[in-house]
Amino acid sequence: MVDHMHATDEATVALPVLAQERIPTVVVDDAHIIYRVHKGATGGSTPVAALRRLVKRTSAPNVREVHAVKGVSFTAYRGEAIGLIGSNGSGKSTLLRAIAGLLPVNRGAIHTQGQPSLLGVNAALLNDLSGERNVTLGCLAMGMHPDEVAQQAAGIIDFSGINERGDFASLPMRTYSSGMAARLRFSIAAAKKHDVLLIDEALATGDKGFRKRSEQRVRELREGAGTVFLVSHQLSSVRDTCERTIWLESGVLRMDGPTDDVIRAYEAYANSK
Amino acid sequence: MATTALVDPDTGLTQAQLAARHGLRVAGERPTLVEYSRRLWAYRHFIAAYANAKLVASYSNAKLGQLWQVLTPLTNAAVYYLIFGVVLAQNENIPNFIGYLTTGLFIFNFTQSAVLAGTQSISGNLGLIRALHFPRASLPLSTTVTQFQQLLASMVVLIGIVLVTGEPLTLKWLMLVPALLLQAVFNAGVVLLVARMGAKASDLKQVMPFIMRTWMYGSGVLYSVSLFERLPGWATTLVQFNPLLVYIELARYALLEQPPLLNESLTQLWLVGAAWAVVGGIGGFIYFWRGEQEYGRG
Repeated sequence: MVDHMHATDEATVALPVLAQERIPTVVVDDAHIIYRVHKGATGGSTPVAALRRLVKRTSAPNVREVHAVKGVSFTAYRGEAIGLIGSNGSGKSTLLRAIAGLLPVNRGAIHTQGQPSLLGVNAALLNDLSGERNVTLGCLAMGMHPDEVAQQAAGIIDFSGINERGDFASLPMRTYSSGMAARLRFSIAAAKKHDVLLIDEALATGDKGFRKRSEQRVRELREGAGTVFLVSHQLSSVRDTCERTIWLESGVLRMDGPTDDVIRAYEAYANSK
Repeated sequence: MATTALVDPDTGLTQAQLAARHGLRVAGERPTLVEYSRRLWAYRHFIAAYANAKLVASYSNAKLGQLWQVLTPLTNAAVYYLIFGVVLAQNENIPNFIGYLTTGLFIFNFTQSAVLAGTQSISGNLGLIRALHFPRASLPLSTTVTQFQQLLASMVVLIGIVLVTGEPLTLKWLMLVPALLLQAVFNAGVVLLVARMGAKASDLKQVMPFIMRTWMYGSGVLYSVSLFERLPGWATTLVQFNPLLVYIELARYALLEQPPLLNESLTQLWLVGAAWAVVGGIGGFIYFWRGEQEYGRG
């Protein structure tokens, strides 16, 4: 715990020094993101109808467009930790995925320094495969070299703590509890070093012991990364980690400023609803 | 904006100018074709590991496990032999009909299963695509590799069948190796093509089985290719250049002593087979690369 306080202090003290020459790492310029969602089968899904749609190049009737982010602009600088807050479905996670280059923007543009990495618990893995194999596959998918993967694999499994109750690493992931699976996913994602780091709700994973370990890990990652974005519904963790906060509501940027001011306004808004 | 106003040299710049001044790049920008190929090469270990993982996962719930890799083609061959060899008696003018049928069936099945799996290689992996950043062509390519591994298992079965039905083991059999490699490259191209199409229109997977069945009837898998000679001239020529018929005839030429063949000239078979591999492989890759930014939109 003492280490924790110390590290946070250092991070906040270091900021004014960096602020003298501010180098932008992420520039979001009037970004609009529109999703296409399939509502599921609602008739008209016969092969003949499908073929006709293919030929005419019209979209299926059961597709709905969701305008998730509506014209957001901001600039993030090196050394900043920025919190993203807002109610469920306000477009926070979508915006992070667009910054990571995983979702395309429909209008506007997002410019980034290097390749931002998204650290989430939802990274899809193969449930029919053992935890060990998933570790290898996940690391390779993040672009690691096989030698590096071989070196890190044991450490990742130790960190996730899935072997605390017997040898689970060699069992298929479908036999894991949801907490165990989430812990393993986080451990894989956190094994790599990142330039711009985007963290999506990853701090709320698992039991107390794991949460402590993962907060420590995120702090280490932050020290190595240029800019950190944190999406969270836990305002306390945003307050602890970020000095600047952006508040999104229904895809629109409501407020951008020092964490304390933004959270105060957000809380007033949430209570008045 | 309040935050940008603090920075002296950057004041008054638009967001785009600010990004350009500091050399920032557009997120998720499509790399050049050369750069994309280079990145894909760096991901070769992922492609191999993912293909392997899929192969293991596909049988992990079955009691007989990996044995199905051999049992599936064997059962398939038995069913078709029953219908086309015994019930419809198509085998009268074909020496070693069992060998003829299974060769055609296994070679065709390589492309068929690759294409069917490839249609969903993007749309079925949206979770992975939306979570991690990697060259998307890794997914269709690993589908092709998985199917190639399946093919190797069914080739063991095929060689067993062909030997049991009395074909001699000759040097000609070595031709099977380049023929299968050409087909694998062609398949990779087709899989890349349908992967992009299937990513846009996820209903493509409803139509694909019909297309593949039509293709099968046009490839002389189940009956003698001499039936095609009764077609009008232009149609026969069309069938002669059908890539799958070409790959099947190459395999039949390699394994069987006296197979009925539509293409008389072996040189032409090799040339057409190689041309399809080059055109399909490169064309499919370029087509897929051009859509790189769109995968993951849903």
